[in-house]
Amino acid sequence: MAPCYAMRTPPRPCYQKGVQTSSPRDSESLSKGGGKTLLDAVWDAHTVRELPNGDTQLFIGLHLVHEVTSPQAFSMLREMGLRVRCPERTFATVDHIIPTDSQRRPLSDDLAEAMMTELERNCREQGIRFFGPETGQQGIVHVIGPELGLTQPGMTIACGDSHTSTHGAFGAVAFGIGTSQVRDVLATQCLSLARPRVRRIEVGGKLAPGVYAKDVILHIIQRLGVKGGIGFAYEYAGAVIEAMSLEERMTVCNMSIEGGARCGYVNPDETTFAYLRGREFAPAGEDEKRVIEWWRSIASGPGASHADRVSLDGREIAPTVTFGIHPGQSVAVDARIPRPDEVRDDERAGLEEALAYMGLTAGAPIAGTPIDVAFIGSCTNGRLSDLREAARIARTGRVAPGVKALVVPGSQAVARAAEAEGLPEIFRSAGFEWREAGCSMCLAMNPDKLVGRQMSASSSNRNFKGRQGSPSGRTLLMSPVMVAAAALRGCVTDVREML
Amino acid sequence: MAKIERVVGRACTLRGDDIDTDRIIPARYLRAITFEGLGEHAFEDDREQAKGNHPLDDRRFTGATILVVGHNFGCGSSREHAPQALMRFGFQAFVGGSFAEIFAGNCTALGLPHLCLAPEALSALMDSIDLDPSQEVVVDVANRKVSCRAGTFDASIPEGAHRQLVGGTWNNTAVLLEAGSAIEATAARLPYLKRSEAA
Ligand code: SF4
Repeated sequence: MAPCYAMRTPPRPCYQKGVQTSSPRDSESLSKGGGKTLLDAVWDAHTVRELPNGDTQLFIGLHLVHEVTSPQAFSMLREMGLRVRCPERTFATVDHIIPTDSQRRPLSDDLAEAMMTELERNCREQGIRFFGPETGQQGIVHVIGPELGLTQPGMTIACGDSHTSTHGAFGAVAFGIGTSQVRDVLATQCLSLARPRVRRIEVGGKLAPGVYAKDVILHIIQRLGVKGGIGFAYEYAGAVIEAMSLEERMTVCNMSIEGGARCGYVNPDETTFAYLRGREFAPAGEDEKRVIEWWRSIASGPGASHADRVSLDGREIAPTVTFGIHPGQSVAVDARIPRPDEVRDDERAGLEEALAYMGLTAGAPIAGTPIDVAFIGSCTNGRLSDLREAARIARTGRVAPGVKALVVPGSQAVARAAEAEGLPEIFRSAGFEWREAGCSMCLAMNPDKLVGRQMSASSSNRNFKGRQGSPSGRTLLMSPVMVAAAALRGCVTDVREML
Repeated sequence: MAKIERVVGRACTLRGDDIDTDRIIPARYLRAITFEGLGEHAFEDDREQAKGNHPLDDRRFTGATILVVGHNFGCGSSREHAPQALMRFGFQAFVGGSFAEIFAGNCTALGLPHLCLAPEALSALMDSIDLDPSQEVVVDVANRKVSCRAGTFDASIPEGAHRQLVGGTWNNTAVLLEAGSAIEATAARLPYLKRSEAA
């Protein structure tokens, strides 16, 4: 019987270079030390009890809430006659439906206004802190948790949103959950979960200029596949990851879910502690000293037992672009789109479907593919460092005629910081629109949408059919600098030519 | 809570791998504060593009209560709206090659079984249903088997989900509440929460 959640051999399509992975047997010997991984340490610390179904009842240290997946959960809670168990561990914001041209109330769209009003009501009734637009702290839930210092190492974090994996960048164990589970956390501050196995992904070496965290994670997903991570937590490590800022680590962890993993994390280190220092909800003084000691102690040690290990060479990673309809269908920007006869049998049908939908030609170079829309933003790449890097490219030219280019800061705090550096002027004078904080064109729940078959160069995380709002719209995922480059040239461009 | 031991009925086949939740229910239908009415929008864009040739619009499958799918079904966004839409469309059970984990968890929470078959069994089941969509398919959750005209196949489902469905304990809130003060006791041991007490 094929175990349905077990990992299959990591795929190795023939248009990609080899990836070294150790078989589970090798890794058992690799990990003789038998120490705990961070995942195990956090899991054990948060275990309330083992449940009759074999799952663990896990205490959730931080619950983040947004307007889309919570209203039904609050209704269920009310129907059960319950209240939020730990309102002080629960924080809410509005991101998916909020328009980015004007956040003025009432929102121009009645449905959006109704959702926001409902969230405000639920927060008020239950004593939950709500970061609405008027607080100056609103933004995409996965951007504001970290920047407020709510997200901390060693925490269990849950949010009714799959990109909750972002918070793993701090060494937290962070799960995206569905609405019934949101209800569970509201009512009990706990989740019933099965412990994932841990795959350590070591990215060694150093990234070349023009290669960013987004390229690293697109590359990882290309190598291991979109199903490769099923049943696993991804632990990202190695020289490339260690050299990354927290914002870059967030980009990597953000897309763990695109690789099929339940969550992804980076062990906390000095970079993590320095990032947190001085943030509103981060521990200070004696508390900080005490908790840092704990944070250090939970990081996976050299002898930690990982179920699997993969190593990749950062020097081999190029700026990467998706050409298909899932995030695993990508190539280096200077490579050709694969031909169906070049891929493994089980990938062929998916490739053919992708090429037909995208209107791209097998065997053709991806560079030069014309685009209609350029979107810089989202919880993957809507933070200050992303906007800064993109602005470096934007200041070298003007948006190509006919291209609609949008820059959407991930939060109001990101917007303020960008303004302080004069980034909006740079973008505006290059012909980009500068918007207010929200999810924007990452998905189709607010007025920012693709139209018809538009081709979008996007710094977001999903290129599924119809994802960006038009049922026939097309998305090419890439790093924010690559989006900026594509905006200026009007087509997919190797940003390394512009550095 | 009802014990979900078996689902018996006609089945609908939906071929293809990596079908994501954006396709199952397009994001525009998430702009609501209830799950009501989602059923009619299940797979809306795919159906529109298939111009009547989508399995969900195939008359031969009308009234099917079991949806048979490929690998990695329900990947992508965590939206519970996806299984809600399919449930409200009329499906009571899923059989497939594999399911994305969040989707599978959401299904369990709604009392919807999601059984996995080995590749050969899955294609035999799909072929048999396509050949004769009027036949009765049995999803035997309790014994982890799926049967149709072509035979009875061993199926798998994660142990936890199996116990919850068969034992009628798939509403986790009730189960989790039973821990009582052990929840607060666990919280009290967490180093990062000690601060809040001192403050
Ligand atoms: S930016 Fe996109 S992926 Fe991130 S939370 Fe918003 S909609 Fe989801």
